[in-house]
Amino acid sequence: MAEGKVDPVHQFTIEPLFGTDHWSIAGYNVAFTNSALWMAITAVVLIVFVAGGAKRAVVPGRWQMAVEGFTGFVDNLLQSNIGAAGRKYLPYIFSLFMFILFANLLGLLPLALVGLHPFTATSHFTVTGVLAVMSFAIVLAVGFAKHGLHFFSLFVPHGTPLPMIPIIFPIELISFMVRPFSLGLRLFVAMMAGHVLLEVLSGFVISGTNAGALTFGIAALPSFLLMIGICALELLVAGIQAYVFALLTCVYLNDAENLH
Amino acid sequence: MPQIAQLATTYSSQIFWLLVCFGLVFFVVGLGLLPKVTSTVDLRDKQIADDLAAAEAARAAADAEEEAWKVTAAKQRAEAQALIAQAKADAAKSTEAALAAAGAKVDETLAAAEARIGAARAAALGEIEAVAAEAAQDIVARLAGISVPAEQAQAAVKGVLAHG
Repeated sequence: MAEGKVDPVHQFTIEPLFGTDHWSIAGYNVAFTNSALWMAITAVVLIVFVAGGAKRAVVPGRWQMAVEGFTGFVDNLLQSNIGAAGRKYLPYIFSLFMFILFANLLGLLPLALVGLHPFTATSHFTVTGVLAVMSFAIVLAVGFAKHGLHFFSLFVPHGTPLPMIPIIFPIELISFMVRPFSLGLRLFVAMMAGHVLLEVLSGFVISGTNAGALTFGIAALPSFLLMIGICALELLVAGIQAYVFALLTCVYLNDAENLH
Repeated sequence: MPQIAQLATTYSSQIFWLLVCFGLVFFVVGLGLLPKVTSTVDLRDKQIADDLAAAEAARAAADAEEEAWKVTAAKQRAEAQALIAQAKADAAKSTEAALAAAGAKVDETLAAAEARIGAARAAALGEIEAVAAEAAQDIVARLAGISVPAEQAQAAVKGVLAHG
């Protein structure tokens, strides 16, 4: 990167690694990129984390308590949104929540201090979009498998007057169809915005410090203090966005499971 | 923005590796490890619930025991009270009897003493009469030179004594 000039979106660039540029399956490029690497790291860290807590001790240690805290949290989420029938979605919702949470948090690691470049897979709408479409597909599959064509009554709220149905139905249908987009875009936007903000502020710190004592005092130092606060905020956002994604999936699953 | 600029060249790789990684997570964590964790939690919850139920039962048993003990204690206390009251009554009765006996004895002694005093007084009076009669006989004999028969003297003394 050119000295003193920071490109805030360069961090999202995807680069093929290990000369896998031309890997492909059925003509589609499947190069192992930095994004794939960080998703793999996320998966490995997550597996190690949960495996460490699956010790089945009756009196749990710290690690087991941490893992059981997460499973209990997701279990409660399903219980309160879907009810007893929600237990069967626990494997999917737990995987989803933990994968997003770990991907978000790993992308925030200050690894640049040791020369590595962390990559936030969830800052790409290709990734969040696939997760959203997956959740939406499960909602559709459960809804139609459980209620058949009766599932379309989801688009006609209770007590709608008959003449209003032709108007209400398309509105509800559109709001339903928008769900996967809002689900995927929300996560992508939150992650990307946070990382861009941190990058822009760090650019201020670098340029301000390089430009002299005056700009250091009025621009670099305040920006640096602000970055500290925003880093804490980003940690919060990483958790909240994973929670929101899992929560909304639960809410949508509830529509399919219980159909008002 | 690389997300859009690189979309055409990277979307297939992104989707492929996401499905690989997320699939790995889902099958290993979601289906493999998660049931172990949740079954452990459920087992622990059940054990705690059982222990709580056992403790509750033990507490109920202890309560019942205490209640029974209270009843027994109350009964025994009542018995003891009755015993004490009985003893008190008996003691009072025997005291009363002893007092009555002592009182009777005292009365008897008093009556006997009074009788003795009365007799002594009567005897003394008789003696005084006899002495007075003799003295009167003597006085009369000396003064008047008359020998008064004892009966007359006695009658005269009696009359004086009676008139005071």
